Amino acid sequence: MILAFWNITPQVFADAVALGAVYALMAVGIGLVFGVLRLVNFAYGQLVMAGAFGLALASEWGWPLWAGIVLCFAVVLALSLAMDYLVFRPLRGRTPAVMLVATFAVAFLLQSIALVWFGPLGKIASSFGDLSRPVTISGVDIRKITIVAIVVAVVCLAALTLLLERTTIGLQMRAASMDSQTARLLGVRANRVIGTAVLISGALAAVVAVILTVSSPLVTPDFALRDTIVVLAGVVLGGLNRPLSATLGGFSIGFASGLLGGTLPTDQSQYLPTFLFAAVIIILLVRPAGVFARGNAVERV
Amino acid sequence: MRRLVELQQLLAPVVLVIATAIVGTVVSSSTETYFTDALVKVAIVVALYVFIGNSGVLSFGQISFVALGAWTAGVLSVPRSEKPAIMPNLAHALAEHTTGNLTSLFFAALVGGACAFIVGVPLMRLSGLAAGIATFAVLEITHNLLRYQEKIGPGLNTFSSVPETTGLRQAALGALLAVVIAYVYARSRFGRLLRATREDSAAARAVGASVYHQRLLAFTASGLLAGLAGGLYVHLLPLNTEAVYLDLTFITLAMLVIGGATSLWGAVVGALAVSALDSYLAIAENGTTILGHPIDLPAGTRVIVVGALMALMLILRPTGITGGREFKLWPRATS
Repeated sequence: MILAFWNITPQVFADAVALGAVYALMAVGIGLVFGVLRLVNFAYGQLVMAGAFGLALASEWGWPLWAGIVLCFAVVLALSLAMDYLVFRPLRGRTPAVMLVATFAVAFLLQSIALVWFGPLGKIASSFGDLSRPVTISGVDIRKITIVAIVVAVVCLAALTLLLERTTIGLQMRAASMDSQTARLLGVRANRVIGTAVLISGALAAVVAVILTVSSPLVTPDFALRDTIVVLAGVVLGGLNRPLSATLGGFSIGFASGLLGGTLPTDQSQYLPTFLFAAVIIILLVRPAGVFARGNAVERV
Repeated sequence: MRRLVELQQLLAPVVLVIATAIVGTVVSSSTETYFTDALVKVAIVVALYVFIGNSGVLSFGQISFVALGAWTAGVLSVPRSEKPAIMPNLAHALAEHTTGNLTSLFFAALVGGACAFIVGVPLMRLSGLAAGIATFAVLEITHNLLRYQEKIGPGLNTFSSVPETTGLRQAALGALLAVVIAYVYARSRFGRLLRATREDSAAARAVGASVYHQRLLAFTASGLLAGLAGGLYVHLLPLNTEAVYLDLTFITLAMLVIGGATSLWGAVVGALAVSALDSYLAIAENGTTILGHPIDLPAGTRVIVVGALMALMLILRPTGITGGREFKLWPRATS
């Protein structure tokens, strides 16, 4: 195990960073909604799955690349709003555990709708072949999508930070996620803030859908399900109290999982989930409120 | 009078289970399987209720103990001559021995309970979201290990050649045993203390209840029943790792939530009601007729309906069909 860490090639490292970047985007998407609603969205992966099916359908119909991406965003944003209106709104104020079970049900619901609609074999999004070819940078082969993923993630996270730090709606979102009752008393309109958070979270899911579809073009109904489970663990590990700690948690678990996947010897690589989730349990026991959480989050009487 | 009121809380689920078993004997043998399956589901959901219902802590991990129980009973009861064919890499000690039906079920419960205790010792410190994620991690690890560890089971293969001893009678007896144990636990001092911590953790601690110890006890008891249910399950139909993973976690949690998570009555009603709906939809997926109209639902409809029902129930009536209360023939009699 320890020795395996010495075999980190640049390709493995770059892929791990890219996976971390994608998981960080998902983590922000989950963290933003949690911030304003106290709701962990288990069905986040199914938003990504729906977007990926949008891309696959567009490529099947022979649409140009940009139209496919527009369709992907349209599908994911519409579904996010529907989810907010039909599920999140009636659930407001319940305990996080109840909402987690409810979104667990929604996740299965959406997955089986996709299963009935598209069949278990799924569809292939073929128009992105070019992006998964490697480019050579100073003797190292790196797939183009790896670079694109990292750049896109950095740009998205920077834009989001600017939005949260420099605009009124960003200020309101931070206020609502810190103490939504006081924020409302001070004139923050809850529905507008929540709607914005849900839309941004949906847009991030669409971005993730595009990146994941390029790196694995076969879109099945359980697309992104495994990623969501890992990201959820990462988000809780990082700490859900602040978007930043959730993001760091998502990045860390993606990076760790990428490194482990690339460096474990072949006879052990099938046990990757065991190593990963054992680490999750150990870290949760040491820091139940999150590794990057600030202060003491233990409930007091 | 008061004893009678308390006793009906045991009798109602017992009568329901027995009635299901009796109806199961009169239907055709192809439909009988659905009844047997429903009774095994009752045992699993009652196991979930013992921990989740009494403690109010969410756990995605109880199906791990169902899986471990299934693996234990399965490995122990495959005939010795057939073990090399389906489990060539089995550990020597396991390959040499084969036990009977009851012994295998006993060990299934034992392994389920022991593993739950081992997992519970560190995990019961957690609550809320951290508990949800940590128990999910337990499910992932169990699934991963059972899938690739061929020393303790068939790995990726299906558990074929396990004697199919779980008929209606064994399933009903298993479900009854689970119901009785769950009732005795819930009525005991320990069950009451755990429910007190669920309702008001601070107040319960103030009167001296240890949240940690009470949860650990319930988690272990739940693991024991889950292991037993897993043993029943593997004797019912050939399982593989996918059969005791996310889908089963989803459907059994849905049963518990739809029935009403905080009562034994809710667990039994939910398991049977959702099983009935699920079986009916399964038949409809293969083509059937309603009032002379042929219907042929596409595969996957069952999960859509059950998922929608579970989401609706959580949104509109989070306490479930039974309101999360125990059965009472005379409402407001005494309490």
